[in-house]
Order: sequence, then structure tokens, then C-alpha cells
Amino acid sequence: MILSTVDTLCQYPVASSTASPNPTEGFARTAATLQEIFPAGGDASGIGLALSQVDTQSPGPILWVQEARAIGDMGRPFMHGLPTALDTHPIHVVARNAKDALWAMEEGLKCPSLAAVIGETYGDPRALDFTATRRLAVAAERHGVPAFLVRIGGHADLSGARRRWRVASRPSRPHPHDPGAPGAPAWSLDLFRARYMRPGQWNAVYDAAAHRLDLVSSPRDAAVEEGARRYG
Amino acid sequence: MQRWRKAHADTDDSQPIALGSEAPHGTVIDAVNDAAQNAGAKAGQKLTDARAICPALIVESSDPAGDADWLVQLGCWAQCWSPWTAVDGADGLLLDSTGASHLFDGETAMLADMQSRFGDLGLTSRIAIAPTIGGAWALAHYGDRNRIIADSDTLDAALAPLPVESLRIDSDDALLLRRLGLKTVGALAAIPVSSLARRFRKTGNGGVNPLRRLEQALGRVEEIVAPLAPQTRYRAAVRVAEPALHVPIVEPILSDLADRLCRQLEHGQRGLRRVRFEAFRVDGHIAALTAETAAPVRKPDHICRLFAERLETLDAGCGFDAFALTAIGHEAMPAHQNGLEENKPEGLSLSHLIDRLSVRIGAQNVCRPIAVASHVPERSVAWRPGLDEDPSVPAEPPQRERPIRLFDRPEPIAVIYATPEGPPKRFRWRRKLHDVVKVEGPERIAPEWWRERSTVRLRDYYKIEDEDGRRFWIYRNGVIDDGRGGPPEWFLHGLFA
Repeated sequence: MILSTVDTLCQYPVASSTASPNPTEGFARTAATLQEIFPAGGDASGIGLALSQVDTQSPGPILWVQEARAIGDMGRPFMHGLPTALDTHPIHVVARNAKDALWAMEEGLKCPSLAAVIGETYGDPRALDFTATRRLAVAAERHGVPAFLVRIGGHADLSGARRRWRVASRPSRPHPHDPGAPGAPAWSLDLFRARYMRPGQWNAVYDAAAHRLDLVSSPRDAAVEEGARRYG
Repeated sequence: MQRWRKAHADTDDSQPIALGSEAPHGTVIDAVNDAAQNAGAKAGQKLTDARAICPALIVESSDPAGDADWLVQLGCWAQCWSPWTAVDGADGLLLDSTGASHLFDGETAMLADMQSRFGDLGLTSRIAIAPTIGGAWALAHYGDRNRIIADSDTLDAALAPLPVESLRIDSDDALLLRRLGLKTVGALAAIPVSSLARRFRKTGNGGVNPLRRLEQALGRVEEIVAPLAPQTRYRAAVRVAEPALHVPIVEPILSDLADRLCRQLEHGQRGLRRVRFEAFRVDGHIAALTAETAAPVRKPDHICRLFAERLETLDAGCGFDAFALTAIGHEAMPAHQNGLEENKPEGLSLSHLIDRLSVRIGAQNVCRPIAVASHVPERSVAWRPGLDEDPSVPAEPPQRERPIRLFDRPEPIAVIYATPEGPPKRFRWRRKLHDVVKVEGPERIAPEWWRERSTVRLRDYYKIEDEDGRRFWIYRNGVIDDGRGGPPEWFLHGLFA
């Protein structure tokens, strides 16, 4: 099953959530808004999810704001590793603290010629409260710039973000040529809070060449999963 | 000398008078009047020597800065003959009279006009008209008075008897040419250029190479007059009646100044690149803020925003009573019409965004990556400040897959369960154990021997995946028995999505 964005993904929840969402419920306007992403520790899957949601059609670079401590914990974006479908020359801002990072993100959201604004904060800074996130969400919606707030090592307290995700890596898809090598990255997505759509859980595979998220059904049988992981 | 004479009109011309300036070895004479010259004093002489020859010599101090200012003023005044005028050296003016002489009934009449006008000013002048700058200079300084050379054939003949000093060269080169037996321009011109080129190669093709000067004088190389253009300064200033102490008072003043500055800039079709806001304190101090922009700007509200964040940092002391906004750097920025539709989408443009981020976060913290031709991962990307022009991509990206994140410095990992060749089966990174399930590699990246020391070891990179599906980029620094240190260590360098 092939899906391009999370908006369509949400129409196909994993069997665990039985109720089917109403697909007409304002999907179109939710694209440019604030999404909060909580990656598992030491995991670049959250960054990958944010990048996979950036639209290739939108012109202009990405504004990438990093708090200094986030660089220490997770490194810098590496230009040659970014999806080639996107503009791989982001404007990279190193902010001293979370307050400056949030300010830079909000300034960026006022600029409609950006493809997206990605912000990374570390832990639970005091400046990052409900008001701050709500300001970001409103600015993103007013100017039509999607915003992603990656909370490295953060806890999901009160927030004004329209969609909130927990992301973790999953064993990758088999490599097409080498059974012993890691293949296309796979993530388990948990949309635990959302506006205009029903929360749910999915397993997704990111296809970097085509820049799209594909849905994979999770193996039901634990033994099968174990085998798949061990033998590719 | 003649300027000094004008300023002191009641002086007796029969007295010998000299203008001197202080030099490392006593006073040196800069200029003398006719009486002093007849008595034996001359410019460049030491005052003591001149006094020995002419004891009655009266010495006044000279004013080189004033002379230079006055010459510039005179150059602007000379624009009554031609718009292309320039100051030449300490005592000359250069006019490009192309297409201007017919306004004065031909070159002869124009030359006579110049002579009489300068005479009215109390100046003696030596004027020459020639097809080239070098030719005119040589004739004016070393030739007969008031020569007019119309075409380049007669120019060659006119320059030939002049001494080599007339080629606008320094005294060392002139001395060298004289020692070579080349005393006149004609003698120098008769020799093939290639045979002398080696001797004067040291001075290069810049200004003072005699061979180049000769070619310029004879019109074989183009030379143009850089005209004295009035420099426009874009500046708006205001004084306030009551000293301002608080930011809310300064803000409207700033916006008013920005408004006026932008109107000036619009008139001159210029856009700001660097701007300075100065606040003059009552007690004589100046507090200044400077901002740079990524692209030419002519919007008052944008200029205000560049400073608005930092107005609090101005130290008001007893209060500011005057303010000024100056365009330090500006570029051409033609006016253009906005879109015809009335409701333009509100928001910042990209260059304005970069300006604002640079002002608050610091320009060194707002960067864009640029690909660099290097296969060492940390060296393959350079970070350029965001104020620079849009990055182009000169280097081609690496062929193999690269991680999405790279650590500033690779983090060491402790190998718990190693395999003899290839990656570890189990390792510890940040106090956490990871079991390697899938491996891709190695990709061997050798050090750049032309740049690094010989002890730098090669790296074998592996893309690995642990049991939870996290994907890392690790490398082994060196191989066993490569003679560059002990057993190789392992590092974690990047993260895959």
C-alpha cells in the first residue's frame, strides 16, 4: 500500500483502532501547521519523519533551527544525507537557548518563501510552554508554512501543537540486493493527539528516492517478526 | 606657493619667501617664490642649505592638506570645460576634453580660455592637449607651453625629444634608464619592448612600469580618466528638544529617520547594505548600532526592525539629544512596481528573514551548507554565513548513502564483542548496549595525505542497525598493524533516519 503523506495515511489506521475516521474532516488545511515530534532516545527517526512531511512542490529552503544542546546530543543535519528531493541547503540557525530557538522559528514562520521550519529543542525548557507552542501553531497557519518541533528527550506536557507524534525506529525493510544490510528506514508512528483527525498508530517505511511514506502492515505473529528481523 | 600668495595679498614680492615643512632631518623647502628662486633657493632643498645661499630667506610653514583640498575644489571647478575631470598627483588636473572643445570654438580657443581663467585666479598654468593622458602629461610638465597635438603620428614626434622622466615613472626607474643610455622617450621607443621587458618585470604591469607608461603615452594601451564625481552621502539626522532616555521615545524617532533615509535612497535609486544608527549623548558620547542586510533594502519598517531588538542595549546615560541614521554601504537598487493586485500576501521575504535572524542570533550562527570537494565526511560540507550570496554547488555529492545527522566530533564507542574483521557484534554507546543485527560496508575513506599529517589513519565506515532498528554510521579508525598507533578504535559518526 503506497501513501504519500500522513494526511492520507490517517485514512488507513492499523486494525487496532477500529473506528474509521471521517476523511473529509478538514484534511487539506491541516498541512501547514505545527506538528510536535517526540523521537525515542538517540534516534534520528523524528528528524526523518519531519523531513518526509516537507512538500517537494513548495519552493525555497528549509529553515532549520537547533538549540545548542540539541546539536551536542544529536549532531547537525548532514547535507549529503538529506533527501535529494528537497532543497539540501537549509538555512541553519544555532540558537543559544530554547527561547532564541522559538523566536527564530516564529520569525521563520512569517516568511512564506520557506518550504518548512524545523526546530529542535532539548529536554523540557521553561520557555516551551502552551503559549509558545500555540503562537507557533497560529503563525504557521496564518502564513501557510509547515512547522515541525522535534523535542529531543522531551516529555509530552501541555502543548498547542495541532499534531503530536511519538516516533521510534523499527527494523528496516530488507535491502533489495544485500539481505544482511539495512534497507529503507522504517518507523513506528504514534499520533497520540491531533486536531481534525483521529489519533492512531502506524508502521511506515520511508522511500527516500520517491520521497514518500509507505504503510506497512505489522506482522501479527511475534515469531514471524523475530524471523523477519533476524533473517531480513 | 601661489595659493599662499593669494592669502597674503599685502606681501612684498621682492622679498625671497619659501614655504617649508618639517622632515626627519630638519625643515625642507616645499615651494619658493620668484625672488627666492633668483637668489638660489629651490624646492626640495634643506632650509639650512638655502639659508647659506640666501640669508634673507623668509620661511613660512606649508599646508599640504589644504593644497590637496584646494586642488580637488579646483578640479570640480574645471568641470566648466569638461565633465570628466580628475586630480593628478599633488599639482595637476586632468580633463578629458573629448567632444567638449567645439563648445569653445576649437581646442586652441579652449586652451587660451583655460590659460586666462587660471591667470585670473592668480595661478600660472602649463597646459597641453594630446590624444593620450600620458602624452598630455609629458608635454605639460616637460614640453613647450600650451602645445596642442591633434593626432597620434605627431604625438610620437613631439614626445621623442622629451626626457624619460616625462613618462610618469619614479626616480629609480628613470635613473636606471639613464644608466642604460636611454635618455629620451624617443630612444626608449626605438628599442623593441621584448628586450627590456625582463629588466622591468619586477615592477609588474601595475602603474609605474616604464614600458607600460610608454605604451600609455603613445596610445597603444587604453587609459581613462577616473572623474571626480560628487559622493552622495545618505544620512538623516534629527535633534530633540528634551533628552530622550527611554526606548519608547527613541522608537518613533528611529522610524522617522528611517522614513527620511529611505526617501533619500529612493531619490538616488540606491538600496542599503549596511546602516548605522547613532545616538548622541548629552555628555559628548556616541552610542552606535550597526546592521547589515543580505540584499539592498529601502523599506523603513525593515530598517526599524533591524534595530528595534537592540535599542535597549544603548547606554543612555544622561539622555540622547540627537540621532542620526547613516547608510554606510549602499548598492544600486532600481525602483520597481509592486504587483497590480492590491492585497499582497503579508510576510517577510527570505533576505529580510536572514537579516533579522543574524541581528539577534549572530551572523556566525545563521549559516547555509555548501558542498566541498572532499571525501572526508566532516570536510565535505562548509557552513557559510547566511548573509552571503546563494550557495552554488561546485562539488558533486558522494556516491554512497550518507547519514542524515553528523556529530561535530565522532563519539567513541566501546566494543564489547568484536569480530576479527568487520564491525563489532555488540558495542556500548552513551552507556547503552547495542546488538548489531544488520551491516552494510565497509566503505573505506582514506585520509587526505596532501592536507593531513602522516599519522592520520584511514577509516572503514559501516552502516549498521541494532536490534531496535536504530541505524548508525560507525567507523574503525585505522587497521591493525598499519604502523600508525595501537589497535584501531571505533567511533560513531552519524545517525541514519
